[in-house]
Amino acid sequence: MVPLKLAIVGSGPAGFYTASRLLEKVPNAVVDMYEALPVPFGLSRFGVAPDHPEVKNCQDKFVQVAEAPHFRFVGNVCIGRDLTLKSLKDNYNSVVFAYGSSQDRLLNVPGEELPGVFSAREFVGWYNGVPELRALNPPLQDAEDVVIVGNGNVALDVARILLADPTRLKSTDIGEHAYDVLRKSKVKNVRIVGRRGLLQSAFTNKEIRELINEPGTMMKPLADVYINHYKPFVPFLERPIKRLVQIVEKARTNSNDQIAKANQGQGSLPSKQWSLEYLLSPQRFYASSSNPNILSSTLFEVNTLLQKDIKSPSVCRGTGETKSFKTELAFRSIGYKSLPLPGSAELGIPFDEQSGRIPNELGRIAGVPGFYVSGWVKNGPTGVIAKTMWDAFEVAETVLEDLYSHKLDTSSKPGYEGVLPEIKSQPVSWTDWLKIDQEETSRGAAQGKPRAKFTSVNDMLSVL
Amino acid sequence: MTLRLISKLASPSALRRCALASSKSQAFGTASLLQRSAIRNAVSGPGGNIYTARSLHTTAIAHHGHVHKPNPGEELHVTFITKEGEQIQLEVAEGDNLLDIAQAHNMDMEGACGGSCACSTCHVIVDPDYYDKMEEPDDDENDMLDLAFGLTETSRLGCQIKMTKELDGVRVALPAMTRNLQARDFQ
Ligand SMILES: Cc1cc2nc3c(=O)[nH]c(=O)nc-3n(C[C@H](O)[C@H](O)[C@H](O)COP(=O)(O)OP(=O)(O)OC[C@H]3O[C@@H](n4cnc5c(N)ncnc54)[C@H](O)[C@@H]3O)c2cc1C
Ligand SMILES: NC(=O)c1ccc[n+]([C@@H]2O[C@H](COP(=O)([O-])OP(=O)(O)OC[C@H]3O[C@@H](n4cnc5c(N)ncnc54)[C@H](OP(=O)(O)O)[C@@H]3O)[C@@H](O)[C@H]2O)c1
Repeated sequence: MVPLKLAIVGSGPAGFYTASRLLEKVPNAVVDMYEALPVPFGLSRFGVAPDHPEVKNCQDKFVQVAEAPHFRFVGNVCIGRDLTLKSLKDNYNSVVFAYGSSQDRLLNVPGEELPGVFSAREFVGWYNGVPELRALNPPLQDAEDVVIVGNGNVALDVARILLADPTRLKSTDIGEHAYDVLRKSKVKNVRIVGRRGLLQSAFTNKEIRELINEPGTMMKPLADVYINHYKPFVPFLERPIKRLVQIVEKARTNSNDQIAKANQGQGSLPSKQWSLEYLLSPQRFYASSSNPNILSSTLFEVNTLLQKDIKSPSVCRGTGETKSFKTELAFRSIGYKSLPLPGSAELGIPFDEQSGRIPNELGRIAGVPGFYVSGWVKNGPTGVIAKTMWDAFEVAETVLEDLYSHKLDTSSKPGYEGVLPEIKSQPVSWTDWLKIDQEETSRGAAQGKPRAKFTSVNDMLSVL
Repeated sequence: MTLRLISKLASPSALRRCALASSKSQAFGTASLLQRSAIRNAVSGPGGNIYTARSLHTTAIAHHGHVHKPNPGEELHVTFITKEGEQIQLEVAEGDNLLDIAQAHNMDMEGACGGSCACSTCHVIVDPDYYDKMEEPDDDENDMLDLAFGLTETSRLGCQIKMTKELDGVRVALPAMTRNLQARDFQ
């Protein structure tokens, strides 16, 4: 049987789960996975919070995939920079894009470009040791009040890392460089701001419960105005959102009790507090006049919600009324964004700038036979790993559908041997990665951590 | 491969109902006691239990190593209804959880977080008769169930269901999440 040569671009969950299904079901499949960095796993390594090690257990499965006989990891090869897309097209039967979302959405409001405004993506990448973000060093030592715009789970990760006692994080795989900055942090008040109401919160129940239970912190009681807004809808809610309301209301009761006791002289309130704010859209960030690295305040417009009925999606409208929060640092956590790969337009691969993803039908890129897309670059930057996984399996089924219905070119292709002379960087193999992995874990063990990540590409390559 | 063979034997086509999607009635409501005993008979067969070909299982189990071999006479039973509607009955040991059991028998169940209740990939739909015999899911499990696709009133996470004597005979269905195309369907 002639081998079917498949190239996957990106080694995050989407790439690995797509590969796994293809290798499982196509006996003659040969899968080569190209990754821009020398290290695999995408956001499982560089996004998932250091205090969520159990989430990274998906990597056990990825290791199994990587050890399959017809799989090859080609790290340190960025498609579009170190190897052209055209080269992949010419040397493979099929190409699957699973390169995720490497940029972020913008608010497009004045002051967003100020040094005191960070993107959540950069901050997360910084504490997780993304090489190009290692030097970010947000001035946490100069900040007490923080605003996070957006209330997805990334916003909650950012809030938790800012509020947690750093000693709790010390024994995780958080970067030492980040730990050192977090230790000096003065942050004591974090506002997580949604543009719509509580019922439209983008975070999920486990993550909000976790933040509520973070030792040494207190959630400020949810303001009455936000409650009045959602109360009439409560009887009509579905289970997950009903539980969300219960979780937040219970936290409110607990905090009110704590405050009442403190007022009677029984115990004191935690010094670090945080709150959920709703129905506010940022209008402008103001720089501090004394310290150019930080802000002084954020101005918001108060929104109201428009919704036909409980089932239809609600949209927010500005009321003209404004509100301002004292702010030294702001984090924009309104979603990541994918980009088209260099050279894709020449191959006729479309890109929807508006939604920041490659248009597709169940993963098939229409009009470009043999090209598929999986994961965040397919769906836009949402979905937990479980969602990415199911979706990647579905994309693999689409490849199979085309294979079985003779829509794929199954002629003999050179594959890796064909592209090798054209690669401009030093490719990192799976065996090479295992050496880096071993070095990281043994350096980590010496510091009481599961892993001490290398934070520069040169350091990673120096092990080989 | 041997396991698939068993599953074919164990699932007369009359019982091969399309394993569900969303509602509990679809999943189990129509599976009468009669049908259930038919399943058991099909599995046991008049000439004795086809599972006496236990070596088949032990091979599969040894390969994965997460589950225990039941002591003779203390075998518990669990039936998985696969995405294709096949019913697979297994003899299992007390204390093992459904995720480990499914994976040890090469069934199509993912456990992305390795069974630590941090994802929803091992979502199963439990026969209502048995659901009530289980302890209530805790907050952590409920949080993850909230993210499961096709959540039903008797949904649970496989990694959180440990086999006990009360659960002997339990039936669970694996929700069909994706297509599963085969070359032969296109010929
Ligand atoms: C901060 C954060 C925390 C998260 N935490 C959780 C969590 O706790 N639980 C959970 O279930 N989900 C979590 N998620 C969601 C989860 O990370 C995603 O569902 C998943 O990672 C998406 O997979 P992907 O493969 O599409 O993208 P990615 O994981 O981003 O993988 C893309 C890969 O492609 C590579 N790449 C990019 N460009 C190129 C190129 N030109 N050439 C070659 N390679 C390239 C990248 O380096 C990367 O390795 C989190 C997401 C974020 C942002
Ligand atoms: N622990 C975990 O399981 C975990 C951790 C991190 C991330 N993840 C997953 O990763 C995915 C991405 O998370 P995410 O937090 O980046 O994205 P997200 O969940 O999509 O949340 C984005 C947030 O930004 C808001 N927003 C978007 N545009 C805005 C604008 N112009 N102005 C103001 N607010 C705006 C959204 O509000 P609207 O709803 O009004 O648009 C929403 O609150 C999610 O699926 C998440 O669950 C999971």
